[in-house]
Amino acid sequence: MLVAAVVAAPVVAVAVYGAAQGPVSLPSSTGSMVVTTLLLLAGTAIGTGVLGTGLAWLVSAYDFPLRRVLSWLLVLPLAMPAYVLGFVFLSTFDYAGPVQGALRSVLGEDLPGLPVRSVGGAVVVLTLTLYPYVYLLARAAFLDLAPSAYDAARSLGASRARAFRTVLLPLARPSLAAGLALVTMEVLTDFATVQYFNVRTVSVGVYLTWKGTYDVGSAVSLALLVLMFAVAVLATERALRGRARYHQRGGRGRGLEQRRLHGWRAATACGAACTVLALAFALPVLRLVTWAASALADDAGRVVDGRFVEHLVNALVVAVVAALACTLVSLVLAHATRLGGGRGVRGAAQVTTLGYAVPGAVVGIGVLTLFVGLDRLAVALGSANGTGILVTGSVLGILVAYVVRFTAPAYQAVDASFVRIPPSVSASALSLGAGPTRLLSRVHLPLARGGVGVALTLVLVDALKELPLVLMLRPFGFTTLSVWVYELASENFWEQAALPALLIVLVAVVPVALTFRGGADRRG
Amino acid sequence: MKRTRAVLPLIALATLVPLAGCGLVGGEEADLQVYSARHYDLEEAFADFTEDTGITVEFLYGDDAELLERLKAEGDGTPADVFMTVDAGNLWNAAEQGELAAIDSPELEGAVPADLRDADGRWFGLAMRARTVVYDPEKVDPAEFDAEDTYAGLTDPKWAGRLCMRDETASYTQSLVASLIGLQGREATQEVVEGWVANDVQIMSNDVEQIETIAAGGCEVGITNHYYLARLLEEDPDLGVELYWASQDGAGTHVNISGAGVVEGSDNAADAQALLEWLATDGQSAFVDANHELPVNPDVEPEPLVASFGEFERMPVDASAYGSLNGEAVEVLEAAGYR
Repeated sequence: MLVAAVVAAPVVAVAVYGAAQGPVSLPSSTGSMVVTTLLLLAGTAIGTGVLGTGLAWLVSAYDFPLRRVLSWLLVLPLAMPAYVLGFVFLSTFDYAGPVQGALRSVLGEDLPGLPVRSVGGAVVVLTLTLYPYVYLLARAAFLDLAPSAYDAARSLGASRARAFRTVLLPLARPSLAAGLALVTMEVLTDFATVQYFNVRTVSVGVYLTWKGTYDVGSAVSLALLVLMFAVAVLATERALRGRARYHQRGGRGRGLEQRRLHGWRAATACGAACTVLALAFALPVLRLVTWAASALADDAGRVVDGRFVEHLVNALVVAVVAALACTLVSLVLAHATRLGGGRGVRGAAQVTTLGYAVPGAVVGIGVLTLFVGLDRLAVALGSANGTGILVTGSVLGILVAYVVRFTAPAYQAVDASFVRIPPSVSASALSLGAGPTRLLSRVHLPLARGGVGVALTLVLVDALKELPLVLMLRPFGFTTLSVWVYELASENFWEQAALPALLIVLVAVVPVALTFRGGADRRG
Repeated sequence: MKRTRAVLPLIALATLVPLAGCGLVGGEEADLQVYSARHYDLEEAFADFTEDTGITVEFLYGDDAELLERLKAEGDGTPADVFMTVDAGNLWNAAEQGELAAIDSPELEGAVPADLRDADGRWFGLAMRARTVVYDPEKVDPAEFDAEDTYAGLTDPKWAGRLCMRDETASYTQSLVASLIGLQGREATQEVVEGWVANDVQIMSNDVEQIETIAAGGCEVGITNHYYLARLLEEDPDLGVELYWASQDGAGTHVNISGAGVVEGSDNAADAQALLEWLATDGQSAFVDANHELPVNPDVEPEPLVASFGEFERMPVDASAYGSLNGEAVEVLEAAGYR
């Protein structure tokens, strides 16, 4: 409860701040922003749902050339920041880009421009970067959860498709819901990507109101609207999960019996997975490499200097510490939920995940307000220079903000592992005299190992990509890779920005590969 | 012991947090701390300043609105001495919020024209950018433009399907529309924006893309900051996009400023003032040239590429109008369906 309160404090501070503004006028276009947001959410949810589940099914139920490599490579788009993919996508498919240029040279100059900048375009880009959330959780569910039920259905004569539809999908529902909830919250708070595509979501409204009218109060009220969306999403997720608790009995699942595909079927399966991977990862990386190369050829001194390493180290340290902290908080929460299980604890756990659904800059204001308040309190209590470490613009501030914001993905991953631990296991450990701490370290932690690994990776990657918080809370001289990309990209120096962007992707690939490659091989 | 596994992250956390808190942030503290929403080539200008005066400077780059919120939250405890930002409206707003201190500097008053600085000395414009029309000379005869009110002239149906402009989230778009509201009133401006929309204007999310689309033949006319064109011309002199100084027979071309003020809670206001004075005089060229901006100081010449665009009349800058009307500008853009 205490942990939850600490994590939720900045969100609450923002809510109070918003409420304290009194009645504020929402912009006249709020209605159309809400509609646009709903469209974008629906589109991305369907897109990631179909793509994530479909690919997870493909690599779990069938065997085809390259399956094993593809099954973890398909996670890689997670490492690609959506704002980078958005920019690459636009520069490739927009009027002045190579694709339309080539089309025009073939089909004639009069070819009308393609409607790239639209909700549709944004849905495509967001789907391609976010589907791994669904894919990961769906694949884990197919692997660990369902084989026995699926085998039973098959042996009773159900076709593969039918068994998938009527047995596997319902069983995997909690995981799919958790994945989609993460996707939805990412989409809700996205600002950079949708802005490229001229899509007016409520989050864009927050920025427009804040920066256009200098009205922080109204902006925060709009942010609360975003938060309400998130609450609705989480409620839906809970409802989808329903009372369903599917516990794994016996040892680890051995996975589905795989059918080997041959000939054109194998080619299609492989081709589909490869296409997704190419669009979401390979092509953008290639394009970044081209830009980076041209920038290096132009003026290497301007692109690479001593600070390169410093930015990298900064980014890494913050991301690693944030990953550890978020995972720890999630573990404690999941553990407490399991032990106490009361409504209060469960509710508290839900509240901590809300930070994920608040636009980064708004979390930043919350953390700032809170820290300054603490600092003043310390001064009032007689400490000469405040709390010392609590001065604004410390790395600690960034870390706290990250924990506020990224506990959600960590908790979803850890929780998904915990629900699969049968309650009887916890109960037996307790009845055999293990204390709560011992239960956590000896029983829960080892059993939830998979989820912990996923949690660490998700937060690590998210924190590496994160921008608004670190931009707002960082101290003097503290620059990370993402800040650096932003500094260059905001002035349209994309060629120079390509190298650090590429580096973010490469660094993020490492934990993704380590975590999920092992997962794919385990079941042999 | 299995237990170590749970304790390990804790230990790691306990050691890493102070490490992150102290080790990485450290380094020599400079004399002056600058919060800046502008970053291009600041480093070189500040290095020159240190060489001239011996005062060391470090700066923190961020977004306008976020940096201002940070200043507000930090209050008197702020490490910042100078707040530098890229829009007259933002400067006005920072002063309105009480974050900037009034300074008395005859040197700055002499170097910066009256409309480009605050009457109370809380902020000073230091670099200027013009937002004007660019076009494809193969398809557009500059005589087609309305020389009296070029921005409003683009509502003429003859421009249907030929226009590119920047999206409404850009402060550039907002301040242009805010200045039009200040000049002509809200209703007339609403008609102008609706006229652009009626002409099927293509909305782009950055200025460079606008110019590149014109160069590729995707549209014929755009509205952009002059330095983006200068930057692209520097890379490729045969780009095939030309600049037209808007509204020369009327109110003049819309300009906006980057500027700075001394932060209210600064503990080194004297050096902060010295920095502003240097940037407006000896440091003007170093500050504006690399980004192809226009000097605010009339005694300083623009760099050759910008000078090649020719001299022009500018619309006077009314920072309080830019700032106070910016919200209305967003409403006008929203209401017109500018997207």
